[in-house]
This record gives sequence, structure tokens and C-alpha cells, in this order.
Amino acid sequence: MIHISEVIETNKMIEHENLDVRTITMGINLLDCADSRLDVLCDNIYRKITTLAKDLVKTGDDIAREYGVPIVNKRISITPISLVGGSACQTPEDYVQIAKTLDAAAAKVGINFLGGYSAIVSKGMSRSDELLIRSIPQALATTQFICSSINVGSTKTGINMDAVRLMGEIIKETAEATKDRDSLGCAKLVVLCNAPDDNPFMAGAFHGVSEADAIINVGVSGPGVVKYALEQIREADFETLCETIKKTAFKITRVGQLVAQEASRRLNIPFGIIDLSLAPTPAIGDSVADILKEIGLEHPGAPGTTAALALLNDQVKKGGVMASSYVGGLSGAFIPVSEDQGMIDAVECGALSIEKLEAMTCVCSVGLDMIAIPGDTAASTISGIIADEAAIGMINQKTTAVRIIPVVGKGVGEIVEFGGLLGYAPIMQVNGFDCSRFVSRKGRIPAPIHSFKN
Amino acid sequence: MNKTIITVVGKDTIGIIARVCMYLAENKINILDISQTIVQDYFNMMMIVDMQACEKAFEEISNDLGEIGQELGVQIKCQREDIFNKMHRI
Repeated sequence: MIHISEVIETNKMIEHENLDVRTITMGINLLDCADSRLDVLCDNIYRKITTLAKDLVKTGDDIAREYGVPIVNKRISITPISLVGGSACQTPEDYVQIAKTLDAAAAKVGINFLGGYSAIVSKGMSRSDELLIRSIPQALATTQFICSSINVGSTKTGINMDAVRLMGEIIKETAEATKDRDSLGCAKLVVLCNAPDDNPFMAGAFHGVSEADAIINVGVSGPGVVKYALEQIREADFETLCETIKKTAFKITRVGQLVAQEASRRLNIPFGIIDLSLAPTPAIGDSVADILKEIGLEHPGAPGTTAALALLNDQVKKGGVMASSYVGGLSGAFIPVSEDQGMIDAVECGALSIEKLEAMTCVCSVGLDMIAIPGDTAASTISGIIADEAAIGMINQKTTAVRIIPVVGKGVGEIVEFGGLLGYAPIMQVNGFDCSRFVSRKGRIPAPIHSFKN
Repeated sequence: MNKTIITVVGKDTIGIIARVCMYLAENKINILDISQTIVQDYFNMMMIVDMQACEKAFEEISNDLGEIGQELGVQIKCQREDIFNKMHRI
């Protein structure tokens, strides 16, 4: 029988430590919507999404009410749209038409975000992929719910530097197309290496071709819970520290597992994976940076940060794996800047630079995330940053990503406000030395050797 | 068996348990266990109940109890037992 102290502990996590389920994401296969006529394709897409996901939001709300745990987002991920629109789309504008259809379907079912306005170009770009990529600035400027992701490399294929170069330009164009909203479009655009097929988190969620027709994936959260648990064992040794993180991650993940299974049962859609994640929000106390500080750093960015983050990330996985029957997605601690008050503070006081963040991405999920940079940063510099991150992913067989926002009209030290879960960010200094000769080389970086690990 | 946990948190006052129990009885909800404790001067009560015979929807019961809580000046929450079992039992 459950004891009152256990009930109090759970409810304290929810009410005071920001424990929540960050997202229920329904993955939907759109390959069977393909048609060479654009209007028919759009009709098929709209019908399939609004039919399959019609009860998603209500089901999420019902589960949240019955178990007393907030489910913050209800989202949809779809087949990378460059695979679906290939025969119907002859111009980037045709793809924008699909984006608007997706946006209308998202509005109809009442979800927060729809991800999968995507292309997988890790080795080469098809004509369809390139049209889609070129449509991104317009698509993100004219829609509300759409998120876009481009996978430019993988451990198996190497890095497609033509795509990396193009994405530097596309990020700049997206910033320009949404400059009236502080270049918000770039907050919904991520460039990945080794992108997983089953990630429930935005902006990188898409429903990969290895997936079934429809699937339920869940992302959990709870940095506040971990921080509170660590406050109780201050100055303890590493063994106690790690055990505490593991046990807490287990408890957090069990809630995600319960919600995922319940959503799957009620919607009659198979359960896919739990993404074992510590996902911060701008709310005070809901911060991964605060955990790092509790572990013993004055601010993230101080020497020791990479080690502390590696430890945290690994223990979260160790605790979470046993709590869930299937684990996938990005699984790890997220370190977005704008979505985490502790990270924002660290940037503002000069403790944290892009270079240190890059080192941190070697040991956690996912990458340079929600980082605002000066609007006059060169496209080639952005491509260089993407290439660096992709190289870390490629060599270390992990997912890495870049979601960077060159805020038009703003410079270092100024603040940009994105609102809601996206938070706000101080604009960070970028290394100003030129890399355009490197980035302008054509072709790709070959796949790495998997031996002689050094 | 359809087990639900009802928690009452707030300032202690006369008749909290009586009022909640009366509502549960009216709605054919069987009480399996009651325990209470004081945490940081706050009255905490937990009931494990079985809603098998209850004819109302979970949402309605939850809303009604929430309103009773407001009248009594306490917070009453209604949650399915699974969330606690999953979190605290392997």
C-alpha cells in the first residue's frame, strides 16, 4: 500500500519542483499521402493528421487531470516532408503551400508544435531536399506551429558540407524573414548530425522512415526535482551524488512511462519511446544550470563544467533506462541558453562562451541550442559553427545540433525576447575570425574510421 | 478495483474528514485507507479509495472535491493511484 510520505513526495515534486511531462508527441507517417498533384497531396496530409490526432490534446489533458501531473505540450512529428512532397513540388513556393497546410492541421487539432518540415541530407541532397531547404525561410515566416530540421551528417556517411554551407545562408535568410519578431523563425529551425528517428522534442522532431504508421513518444522533464534532491546531500561524495541523481531520474522517468503507456492505450496508437531528458524552462528552479551549480560550480562555464555535465548526463540515463521499457530520442540533459535562467545568468556574467558550450555538447544532448548571436554574423561563420558541431556528433557517434539565432539589428550584450517556453537570451559573442575558404569548399567530409579511437 | 488517492492539504479545521467522507459515501466511493500527518504546520491527509461503484466520471468527482476544498479552505486533489505506484515501486 502506498504510504502518505510517498504521496507527499510525489506531489511536492509536481507542485514545488516543476516536475512535468514536457511533451506527448504523436509521430505520423505521411508517406502514403504522396501525390503528384499538390492540392491532392495537401488534402491527404490535412485529412490524415486531423483524423489520427483529433483526440491527442484532449487525451493529454485528461491524463494530466487524472494523474495530477502537468503535460505541458502536445505535439506531432511527421515524415520528413521532402520525402513526401518530391513529386508534387516544383518550386520552394510549392513547399510553402505544404507548410501552410501543416500549420492549418496543427491549429485544427490544437497542438503546440508540429515538427518534420525536414530533410535528411547527410550524404547528398536530392532536388526535392534542396527545394524544401530553400523554402524554409518563407515557410517559417508564414506559419505559427511548424518546426524545421535538417540532418546534415552522420557517423556512417560523414558530413555533407554543401548542405552545411547552404544552411548557414538559410539561417540568415530565416532571421531576415522574421526580423519583425526578433528573428524568431530561427528558434524553430535546427541543423542536426545523427538525428534520431523518434525524437519527441522540438525543433528537431520528425517521424523517421524506420517508424511505424503512427507512434506515441514522450519526453519527460524535471531538472528542479534533481536540484532539490541534490540540495539534501550537499558536500556528499561522488558515489552519493551519482546515486541520488540516478534514483531521482528513475522516479521522473517512471511518470513519463506511465503517461506514455496510458496515452498509447487511450489513443490506440503504439508506444514508441521515452526520451530520458532533463529539459529546462525559463521558470525559476526549472534549470539544468542550477543542477551544475548545486554540484559545485559557481556558474556553468567554470572549469569542471564539462565533467559535471558528463556525470549528470550519464546518471540521468542510468537511472532512466530502468524506468522505461523503451528509451530513445535525444535522451540526456539539454543545455539551451534562452530556455534556462541559470544559463542566461552565466552568459550575462561572462562565465559561459559559445566555445565552452561547444565543449559541453560533447558530453550531453544535444548541441548549441537556442543561442542568440549578432545579426551581422556571416553565413559562412554560422556554417563553420554547424560544421564544428556536426564533427563532434560524427566522430563521437552521438546526436548533435545547432539552433542558433542571428538576431537582425542586434549586437553583443543586447537582449532578445522569444516568449513562452523559448525564453529570452543575451546575444553572445561569436569568434570573428574568418572560415569562408573552408566552408566554400564543395563536397563532403568523409565518414570517419571506427577504429584507433584516440 | 479502481483505486484513487485523495489528498487534503491545508490548515487543520473541524469537520474536514467528515465532509469529504460524506461526499464519498453519497457517491458510492469506498474508503480503503486513511492516514494523516502534519508537515511544516500543514495538515496532510491521504485517503486511498475505490471508485469502482461510483457512477460519476473521474473529472466530476475531482472537480466536486476541489470545490469542497475551497469551501473548507484546504486543497483537495484526486489522483489515480498508478502515478504513486509507478514512481515508488519497482
